[in-house]
Amino acid sequence: MIRVPLRPLARVLEARADGRDPAVIERENLRLRHEQMQDRSRRRAERRLLFMATLFLAGFALIGARMAVLAASPPEEATPWRGEDIAADRADITDRAGRILATNLRTNALYAETRHLVDGTRAAHELARIFPELDAQALARRLNDPARRFLWIRPQLSPEQVQAVHDIGEPGLLFGPREMRLYPNGRLAAHVLGGAGFGTQGVTAAEIIGTAGIEHRMDAQLRDPARADQPLMLSIDLSVQAAVEEVLAGGMEMLTARAAAAVVMDAHSGEIIAMASLPDFDPNSRPAPPTEGNPTDSPIFNHAVQGAYELGSVMKAFTVAQALELGLVGPQSMVDTRGPLRVGRFSITDFRSRGARQSVADVFIYSSNIGTARLAQMIGGERQRTFLGSFGLLAPSPVELAEAARVRPQFPERWGELSSMTISYGHGLSTSPVMLAAAYAALVNGGTRVEPTLLRRPDPVPGERLISEQTSATMRAMMRAVVSGGTASLVEVAGVLPGGKTGTADKPNPRGGYYTNRVIATFAGAFPMNDPRYVIVVMLDEPEDTTGPEPRRTAGWTAAPVTGEIIRRIAPLLGVRPQEDAPEIEAVLRTR
Amino acid sequence: MRSLLYLMTALGVMALAVWAYHENHRTQQARADMRAVEREIEALRAALSMQRAEWAYLNRPDRLRQLVDMNFTRLRLMPMTVEQYGHIGEIVYPPMPPVHTPGAYLGTSVETLGTIDHTIGTDPAEAP
Repeated sequence: MIRVPLRPLARVLEARADGRDPAVIERENLRLRHEQMQDRSRRRAERRLLFMATLFLAGFALIGARMAVLAASPPEEATPWRGEDIAADRADITDRAGRILATNLRTNALYAETRHLVDGTRAAHELARIFPELDAQALARRLNDPARRFLWIRPQLSPEQVQAVHDIGEPGLLFGPREMRLYPNGRLAAHVLGGAGFGTQGVTAAEIIGTAGIEHRMDAQLRDPARADQPLMLSIDLSVQAAVEEVLAGGMEMLTARAAAAVVMDAHSGEIIAMASLPDFDPNSRPAPPTEGNPTDSPIFNHAVQGAYELGSVMKAFTVAQALELGLVGPQSMVDTRGPLRVGRFSITDFRSRGARQSVADVFIYSSNIGTARLAQMIGGERQRTFLGSFGLLAPSPVELAEAARVRPQFPERWGELSSMTISYGHGLSTSPVMLAAAYAALVNGGTRVEPTLLRRPDPVPGERLISEQTSATMRAMMRAVVSGGTASLVEVAGVLPGGKTGTADKPNPRGGYYTNRVIATFAGAFPMNDPRYVIVVMLDEPEDTTGPEPRRTAGWTAAPVTGEIIRRIAPLLGVRPQEDAPEIEAVLRTR
Repeated sequence: MRSLLYLMTALGVMALAVWAYHENHRTQQARADMRAVEREIEALRAALSMQRAEWAYLNRPDRLRQLVDMNFTRLRLMPMTVEQYGHIGEIVYPPMPPVHTPGAYLGTSVETLGTIDHTIGTDPAEAP
């Protein structure tokens, strides 16, 4: 910076020469210099003030914004044990009325920190006294192992056990809080619920993960912390499920069947009201999958969903419905039922022949294999395959169970004429009872497709149309006639108008061919038949009614009485009131 | 004048400091209270879920069925079936309750009853 001199020599000399006082010049210059300095410092002060003002403004703005955010944020409740980033919460599962099927219970897990242990050997012996299944020697060895600092001892403790462990007085034994999955109804709906186990374990929390059934399939939703307090509502009705399981278990015992399954489904929405599979298990201690033997003998096998069976004559309903729908025949058209019907070196026979010619209605009501095979010949394999596919019988079932997607229906790759004819009466195509129920729902509900579901679906939308209203009405009349005067008279419940179709299929022998004395007996139907609300499918594996002089295995003597008893019990629970002047809907078959 | 202003400012700052300290204290107290309430909510919620589980466990169909079987001689409960539906008309009317007439008592003659009991009729003048 160039300083202007206060006494510039040139001007001083000039002033002296003129006789003026040079001090005036100095004072003048000093004044100018002071003015300059003042201006400079004022500018600096102004800058600083502005800077400070901006700073304060920013500070206040920040505080204001933070307050606004705090005021606008939703209140949040503290959740315990968030420490280890393990979400222990798991939503409850309830039935359609909100009754609890699965919930969480707080328990404690027992672990040991060996550096705090006073006397590991004594602790091991005391623990073995409380928990008899623990091996004291092995535990003592592990507790005294200097390389070990931490040891899980038991995953779940009851409050009494916690107190007993407290009373040992060992500071190295510690408890970690645990959420435990509890199924308060025990075996009820075991196959639907599946089971749960612990995933990642930390000291203060452990993850519960579904291992099977709906617990596994809906795991992501159940574990979602944002939805932890919204229970997952199933379509199952607890009381109907209990009644179905009770009657089915009784029937299975009386008929000495190896296994049994039953499905009750809403005919319009596809909601599964009850789904039972026997033998069953307790989901609170789900048994391990079998490592040897036939997996279908294990109690964890869900016969209603995982079992793919050749269900026999119940499949005739689809052949007859398609023949009617295509306009090939009417209910009173006559069909050639002379037997045996030979196709290649295979021959089709009837269980009991009823003459050389029968009407289509009688073919269905009295279950003629030959007549149905003739109808299948008229329809043709390609159309039959498309038709069955549209009912969902050729695809894995969409039911929300972990096991469902792994089960594929079995049918021949080459859908030839012989396959088409055997499939028409239920041999050569295997499917699960739950898919059969959904397909029957579509047959009787007026002809619209139904997707089976285990989740509550309050307002169902009708699916795509598969058969006409007219065909559906004819099928209902025929199914009603099967019960009122055909093979399933033991299903009859006064006033409830049940209807359906029986099916007795010889069991395939794993060594080839079919057994002659082992059958799968099925009844598939609906009630009340004048306006079907519920579809029911009951299946018994190797039933045998030994009350008569010779053992009876046909579905009319095995599955039918069990179904009748189930309907008698569940109709009032479902609010189906017996109709006093029950319309005789099968009369339409005679007039046409 | 100026010193008064300074004094006021100083007092103001002190007052604000006291207020801020007070607010800070209150906030901390409120947070502590909130934590206590949250712990209580948590404990109550755990107790509630425990009781709901207990309720579901005690109401499980298996147990109810056992209780019904145990008390069959007393209660005679049978499974609900369709045969049990009835008509509203099948329900008998309850027996009529005995008519109590105020003032009338055992031994009073019918004539006397007629004169004292004018509350039954609408108008005493119309009563027989």
